[in-house]
Amino acid sequence: MEKPYRRRDLLGIRDLSAAEIVGILDTAENFREINSREIKKVPTLRGKTVINLFFENSTRTRTSFEIAAKRLSADSVNISVSTSSLTKGETLIDTALNLDAMAPDCIVVRHGSAGVPHQLAKVSQAAIVNAGDGANEHPTQALLDAMTIREHKGKIKGLEVAIIGDIIHSRVARSNIHLLTKLGANVRVAGPGTLVPRDFEYLIDCANPQSAIRNPQLKVCLNIEEAITGADVVMILRIQRERQDAAYFPTLGEYSIHYGLTNDRLNLAKEDAIVLHPGPMNRGIEIASEVADSSRSLILDQVKYGVSVRMAVLYLATGGSMVNG
Amino acid sequence: MKRALSRLASEIVEENHGADDLYLVGIRRRGVPLAERLADKIEAVEGKRPSYGILDITLYRDDLSTVGASPIVNRTELEEDIGNKIVVLVDDVLYTGRTIRAALDQLMDFGRPRKVQLAVLIDRGREHRELPIQADFVGKTVPTKSSEIIKVMLKEYDDIEAVGIFERPTG
Repeated sequence: MEKPYRRRDLLGIRDLSAAEIVGILDTAENFREINSREIKKVPTLRGKTVINLFFENSTRTRTSFEIAAKRLSADSVNISVSTSSLTKGETLIDTALNLDAMAPDCIVVRHGSAGVPHQLAKVSQAAIVNAGDGANEHPTQALLDAMTIREHKGKIKGLEVAIIGDIIHSRVARSNIHLLTKLGANVRVAGPGTLVPRDFEYLIDCANPQSAIRNPQLKVCLNIEEAITGADVVMILRIQRERQDAAYFPTLGEYSIHYGLTNDRLNLAKEDAIVLHPGPMNRGIEIASEVADSSRSLILDQVKYGVSVRMAVLYLATGGSMVNG
Repeated sequence: MKRALSRLASEIVEENHGADDLYLVGIRRRGVPLAERLADKIEAVEGKRPSYGILDITLYRDDLSTVGASPIVNRTELEEDIGNKIVVLVDDVLYTGRTIRAALDQLMDFGRPRKVQLAVLIDRGREHRELPIQADFVGKTVPTKSSEIIKVMLKEYDDIEAVGIFERPTG
């Protein structure tokens, strides 16, 4: 039942080479123009079927994938957990096999558990695109972040990027660390000690994923000020309110005092530093409104580039032939 | 090649009674420098530079599922509105006509030109056509066999200026 591994699946940034990442970004760059046309549609994926299989809530990512598919003329179908058979007791693999029997060309999957897209990729004939799996990866988010950074900084190599917040539970942080360090940036991470493991530098090593060698481009900082000082890019992660009960930090108010991004803190970064946030943001908690609404915040650019990135990913996942694919 | 382009430029101007409302659109890749050169020549004669744009037809191809790995997508650049313009599509070689079909489809997604014409440097002959498409302006008709490949080499991409006929590699 297992099929050979194909590059058509996008399971994580970790599996990609720097050249493949740049290839996806360049393709996305060329799709941008379509999103500003009067008729925002090209016939490229006419007759292809894309299933958005979302086991977790999502507005932005699902909508973005759906718009991307529609602008390429693919037919997209959305399945969310509340309407799926999983609530009736079907296993994940059975659900995948049933979907597969309807011959989709691509399944975009989001799930609360790490590794679900990888399991689906083993049994499904469709190309699998990971739209977020547990705390593992969210590759299209990292790609759209990279596109935003490249657009505003002209490059990624050599940049200092601070990622602030709940690092340990964040698939956005993991995908971004993989991508940014592969493309030659230096990444600093910071947040409450309970959410930023001190030995994180050893856990993620892009060159040698099998060994626990320290990633020299990744640095765990003791406080947010240290991480932000001199940074070119400040990436703020969402504090997941649902985690508050787990006592990782005392209160949202206290989190905001110690780790919220204010103008004063942002002034420690380079003068032309940019601010990213994967959304949805909690104003006044991890990011102050004065920062979120400033010209340095590129949050809406991220959303805009998300469509182009997902068009590129869907194109590369379904456009190729079965012969060489 | 230079003389053929000069002739194409004057034919385009003559046919359209000047350069007013002319919009030259190069088809990637080799139609792009050709369209640019035609624009230069038309400007030299008429004192007015026609509008100029670029089409990348990758997303409009009809063979996406058979061409192997995904072809590289490049950018389409039509800054000015093509509405009510006389669009002259420019490509290096006219063979089966499928590229031009894709270009026409894409063009129509951008607006409604008054007229669309086709200028090519080399026409490989009607017998190769797989669609009812003919060129309005032809630099040179070069009868070829399907077993041959014709390659227009331009200094922008190939360092030399030449048109060559090669045997298609077999196997």
